[in-house]
Amino acid sequence: MSPVTAVMRRELRSFFVTPVAYVFLVIFLVLTGILTFYAGDFYERGQADLQPFFTMHPWLYLILVPAITMRMWAEETKGGTLELLLTLPVTLWQAMLGKFLAAWLFIGLALALTFPIWITVNYLGAADNGIILAGYLGSWLMAGCFAAIGACLSALTRSQVVAFILAALVCVLLILVGQPQVLDFLAGSLPRRLINAVAHLSMLRHFEAIARGVLDVRDLLYFVLATLGWLMAGVLLLDLKRTR
Amino acid sequence: MIETEQLTRCYGSLTAVDALSLRVEPGQVLGLLGPNGAGKSTAMRLIAGFLVPTSGTARVCGHDVGREPLKAKRALGYLPEGAPSYGEMTVREFLQFIVRMRGLRGDIGYRRFDAVVQQLQLEDVLDVGIDTLSKGLRRRVGLAQAILHDPPVLMLDEPTDGLDPNQKHAVRQLIDVMARDRTILISTHLLEEVHALCNRVAIIARGKLLADATPAELEARSRYHGAVSFSAPGSGMSQEMLGRLPQVAGIEIDPLDGRITVFPKPGERILEPVEALLRQQGLEVSEIQLERGRLDEVFRQITTGEPEVRA
Repeated sequence: MSPVTAVMRRELRSFFVTPVAYVFLVIFLVLTGILTFYAGDFYERGQADLQPFFTMHPWLYLILVPAITMRMWAEETKGGTLELLLTLPVTLWQAMLGKFLAAWLFIGLALALTFPIWITVNYLGAADNGIILAGYLGSWLMAGCFAAIGACLSALTRSQVVAFILAALVCVLLILVGQPQVLDFLAGSLPRRLINAVAHLSMLRHFEAIARGVLDVRDLLYFVLATLGWLMAGVLLLDLKRTR
Repeated sequence: MIETEQLTRCYGSLTAVDALSLRVEPGQVLGLLGPNGAGKSTAMRLIAGFLVPTSGTARVCGHDVGREPLKAKRALGYLPEGAPSYGEMTVREFLQFIVRMRGLRGDIGYRRFDAVVQQLQLEDVLDVGIDTLSKGLRRRVGLAQAILHDPPVLMLDEPTDGLDPNQKHAVRQLIDVMARDRTILISTHLLEEVHALCNRVAIIARGKLLADATPAELEARSRYHGAVSFSAPGSGMSQEMLGRLPQVAGIEIDPLDGRITVFPKPGERILEPVEALLRQQGLEVSEIQLERGRLDEVFRQITTGEPEVRA
């Protein structure tokens, strides 16, 4: 077994030993349910799709994903196990990847457990399951990106609280940056080209495109590159710690 | 084999390890001795590849820790300071995790797992959470982790810290057995440990290597080396008699128990003359001892630079 899977298995197990995993699953499932039916007007819209369900995901991830990732490196740094882990025959990349995959798979499990809502919408009407599948894919990719951000910022500090706040802050920025209000605000001070570039950074924009069922390579690439970029930044941060 | 060349590590303006050059060969147990904060743990972290040196190099079994970190780490078993382990795991889960991380597949993995569990007597706590273990047991789990892949080089940061005398004895025996064909570097601030374990001692303070010798050689540096001490209850014996012996440099009397210590002049053997004199005086001596030298005194002298104080 490679060190990546060994690290991943250990992380996954540690989720379920502590109540973190169960609390996360319950909160995620309850909130997706409530928000979809009450805030999202699931019935009133009279459409057999999961648009209101997916619309809530970025805002849920904003709080829940940093809660999963905050302990990733901060706890190891504080507890001294970082020294143990990094003196085992594993590269920083492998360790980072293993930890990230654990968080990502776990969120994937949470997503999979929302299947009753998929059954519901198919029962109520003729839903386009292709679009729903795309929605799930987009949501999972976005969650991965959030997890990579959380992983990176957890490597920055030995305090889980700081890691959580920083990650939530970056995530909210990446969600909001494409909103019309923000773009209007920036329009006064920045050139148009830059505004366009900023708008493309928005996670929401790429997620909504995928969730509409339009699988554009550029949207997929955005998430893959952003995820890899944040993971790489995390690896660099960890490496920097060894020299300071 | 462990080799370091001019290994240096600075934290800001503080130099934690200062141009440390060491070479430990198979079969040697080198005790890294030094006061707290001397740089022992930093030196070990540099050799283990956890920290990057400011300058200089470290090699484990010929593999440069900076250039071939994985090869170096595979050859090394390392017990970090404080024996960190994942508290939420059970001993079994933790050791199985190390088996996987070390890439020990199938039969070898099981065999090594069973072997270290037996060697460190962990059978009874295999399914206990590490968080709930005593300090001594946690240290044993850390040791088990370090020797799991049967490494040719072993580096243990304060391996017996927090163990009771019986456990200390068991761990020392284990290290003794492993020492035969391995390279072992241990750090400690326990002088008794040096006697019990090491065939070489390196004393460091403020990051610098101050002495590198066998325990016996260090003891020979002590002013107590070759001294003779005895208790003569109710002795009215004058110190002058002893002081007049040509081989004797000085005499001290312990103010608490009245034990008399006679120091030799350099290169002189004084046990026989002292004994002869005592017999001649018809003095009842319950017990007489030839001192090997006191490591604690040599240690203090080397690490603080205090000159010898002679009564």
